[in-house]
Amino acid sequence: MSTLSLTSAFTLLLKRDMTLAYRRRAELVNPLLFFVLVTAMFPLGIGNDPKLIEAVGPGVIWVAALLAALLSLDAMFRSDYDDGSLEQFMLSAHPVSILVLAKVLAHWLVTGLPLFIAAPLLAVLLNIPGDAIPTLMLTLILGTPVLSLIGSVGVALTVGLRRGGVILSLLILPLYVPVLIFATDAVKTAIVGIPTTAQLSILSAMLVGSLVLAPLATAASLRISLS
Amino acid sequence: MVADLTRVSGRSRFRDKTEDNYIVHRIVTTTAVPTATFEARSLECIRDDRVLFDDLCFTINPGEALVLEGRNGSGKTSLLRIICGIRLPESGAVLWEGEDIFRLGPEFHEHTAYLGHKDGSKQDLTPLENLRIAQGLGKAREDITLEEALEQVGLYGFEDVPTRNLSAGQQRRLAIARLLVTDAKLWILDEPFTSLDRKGIEQMERLFEGHLQRGGMAAMTTHHRIGFKEEVKLVRINLSEQ
Repeated sequence: MSTLSLTSAFTLLLKRDMTLAYRRRAELVNPLLFFVLVTAMFPLGIGNDPKLIEAVGPGVIWVAALLAALLSLDAMFRSDYDDGSLEQFMLSAHPVSILVLAKVLAHWLVTGLPLFIAAPLLAVLLNIPGDAIPTLMLTLILGTPVLSLIGSVGVALTVGLRRGGVILSLLILPLYVPVLIFATDAVKTAIVGIPTTAQLSILSAMLVGSLVLAPLATAASLRISLS
Repeated sequence: MVADLTRVSGRSRFRDKTEDNYIVHRIVTTTAVPTATFEARSLECIRDDRVLFDDLCFTINPGEALVLEGRNGSGKTSLLRIICGIRLPESGAVLWEGEDIFRLGPEFHEHTAYLGHKDGSKQDLTPLENLRIAQGLGKAREDITLEEALEQVGLYGFEDVPTRNLSAGQQRRLAIARLLVTDAKLWILDEPFTSLDRKGIEQMERLFEGHLQRGGMAAMTTHHRIGFKEEVKLVRINLSEQ
């Protein structure tokens, strides 16, 4: 199989998923709305202590982003499983991991990227200083793809179960914890004004690692779910 | 050709062994027997602790169609899923030109097209978009356009209607059109005539016949009595009697 047809299969599937997402755009707003509402409610609940809000701000944004990602995960393979498209992917002339990568990228573009775009606004709402906002954005652009990639393995394992929601959360959330710890720590360090190279390097390493390994694991999990 | 390929792969696989020559020699002699294009070797399938079939052997060669018969729950769908490589048999092997299909992976799948209980079409896309994806996932056939494939299954004029607006029979026809747009030699069909009208069934039989006459192969289950022409060789297996 030549590289050319691999790339064309990748772009074909990416385009397909983006078209499908566009035709069901009402469903796309859900994770973003969840993210914005949760972070907007926090200052109201905590009260008017700017120092306290600033202290919890990075954590609130990241926990909300994490839960929003979890909320949207199930949709990644659900409809393809239900209508039999997933079987067709398994039986395609291309490696399944390439197709999985295209699907995860499409999923991130419609669920992860909007969070990244909305984040600066919410950062202001949570009293995060302007100097730390670029770091917050960096952690989000490095971290949210990791959430989608790791999540894809869990979804692939639970897509055959009728009520996989709880199992999915139990399976995936522990794996999300390292991303949460290093991302919030990076933002907190940036607020204090200390360089954040270490945390960002670790987040980048996580991204590269999951980018290489997650599609393979997802492809294998899908094979188990379908057989 | 087949023996040559096997010899090359055999040699590289056993390169580190000291008895290199002996092993290569043995492989050549075993593959010198003409291999069937598709072969199932003593397949066993167990579902919920019940043995559906065991020691099931058959071959499919170009121009032949395997027709599976049997009661509901006798394992027809399970066997088809084993043939196409979605499901693993409990024991036994499935071979394509003498090579295990699970080792071949995508190299085997470019020769197959599977039509299962579920159509595998996206409801939100148009028939044309669905076919384009099906073609991109497989090895595209050069001598037919997507519109021609739609015309052959009687969906001319429905190119741009969302698939969800098509009737059940029309959606089945779209799924069959998917078989036509790739260069697959082996068609694996699970109840392909579901929800088709009588004329549609005849039309699809002619399509399957054409595929077999071009040197294609098919493995199918159906409760419908198939009306293929005399020259098509049908291999019937009744799973209820296994």
